[in-house]
Amino acid sequence: MIKMKDVVKVYDNGITAVNGISVHIEQGEFVYVVGPSGAGKSTFIKMMYREEIPSSGKIEVTGYDVPQLKHNEIPYLRRQVGVVFQDFKLLPNLTVYENIAYAMEVLEKSPKQIQNRVMEVLSLVGLKHKARMKPAELSGGEQQRVSIARAIANMPRVLIADEPTGNLDPETSWEIMELLEQINAQGTTIIMATHNKSIVNEMRHRVIVIENGRISRDDKEGGYDFEA
Amino acid sequence: MTLKLRTLSKHISDSVRNIVRNSWMSFAAVSAVSITLLLVGGMLALLFNVNKFATDIEQDVSVRVYIDLTTDQEQRDELQAEIQKLETVESVDFSSRDEELENVISGYGDSFDLIDEDENPLYDVFVVSTKEPKDTKETAKQIDEMPYVARVSYGDAKADRVFKVTKGIRNVGGVIIGALIFTAIFLISNTIRITIYSRGTEIEIMKLVGATNWYIRWPFIIEGALIGLFGAIVPVLIVWIGYYGAYNNITPFLSGSIYSLLSPNPFLWELTALMVGMGVMIGSLGSALSIRRFLNV
Repeated sequence: MIKMKDVVKVYDNGITAVNGISVHIEQGEFVYVVGPSGAGKSTFIKMMYREEIPSSGKIEVTGYDVPQLKHNEIPYLRRQVGVVFQDFKLLPNLTVYENIAYAMEVLEKSPKQIQNRVMEVLSLVGLKHKARMKPAELSGGEQQRVSIARAIANMPRVLIADEPTGNLDPETSWEIMELLEQINAQGTTIIMATHNKSIVNEMRHRVIVIENGRISRDDKEGGYDFEA
Repeated sequence: MTLKLRTLSKHISDSVRNIVRNSWMSFAAVSAVSITLLLVGGMLALLFNVNKFATDIEQDVSVRVYIDLTTDQEQRDELQAEIQKLETVESVDFSSRDEELENVISGYGDSFDLIDEDENPLYDVFVVSTKEPKDTKETAKQIDEMPYVARVSYGDAKADRVFKVTKGIRNVGGVIIGALIFTAIFLISNTIRITIYSRGTEIEIMKLVGATNWYIRWPFIIEGALIGLFGAIVPVLIVWIGYYGAYNNITPFLSGSIYSLLSPNPFLWELTALMVGMGVMIGSLGSALSIRRFLNV
């Protein structure tokens, strides 16, 4: 599903963000990526959907040779990889419904298809009754659910979440986690970067710890104790 | 790059929305295209007519043979017979120096009236028509070698001079047009850049969910093309009105001569197509430039 081999990323300013990472992630896995700020988590994740290109090494995601992709092939990788951010990135002028539909419109899906799928994901995230509201009228947790709904609208095989609970209170964070569990249960691979200790310790999944640009620990069912 | 109809209509409404949203920048860009096209259109109208003028001259197949001043009646008849003998010659008409002077006076005005008949500086002339325009040059050369001939002139020399003028206009015009097009493209790419900024989040999301690069590009290219198209409206109208005005005023003076202006009917339509085409091209080029630099897609 996702394979990295000896991946190194040195930025133009000379900083080495990732310094030799090799990892395998299978279809349907739920993986936490943890580690201190600036350890290379974000770079590690961004290289999976070709937001960053590694300086050397191999990356394969859902069959795509990611570093070798041509510009016009990148969109097809992105359709396999949904992304959710800490700051939601919703369009403020569109309603909840339109925000999700937008992700499907730009892939030129038919109106019928769009309508069916948007209603489907809205009920999955439990926001059917708020479909006509604007993002500003929703709570942070609700906005994050909309952004998750948008990320999975096109049925990607991988969902990448970069600190999805970073801006949310603990209770709302748990709701988001339950939603991600549900999506994972349907077979979507989930890769989640987080700082949230209690979530990682409570909801046990594989944990990849990144420190100084390297994987310092990779445990099935591990907890959040890299600081020790 | 294939476009579904539904997608196309979405792109068009997107681009119209962008134009309205940034109305002042759009207005500036449309004005820049208008001024550019107005000057380009005027320049082209002038150029094509000067060209036509030169062609008219070339088509004028007559050779003017200036007869040596010392030639008497008998020698003149001899010369006329000799010219007539040439295979390429259709007809030879005599025009005396007095008639020539009258022609000049009627053609150029009264200032030549001052010339007294005795001081007439002109020659007696044979006006020789050839059967085929292509024979003009050769015929003129043959006649030039005959006795009693002072000199020979034919359309070519004049046409050469007119073509030289055309070339001058074309060079100066080309530089001006080039500078104007550059300015217009620059203004359009600035306008598009602003709409790109204002749609930054949308573009980011489109890229994230896997919209193709062309899908992202189309609205901006359409926006540029529309700016170019709107920019063509005013200059096309002005060129039509201006050309009809010029045509109606100048044509009476040219009646009876071998010269004529290009008839508005096919010409203005062709010029319109050219101007609209250029407007759309400038617009899409301007936006393509800014997308390339700022989207990096």
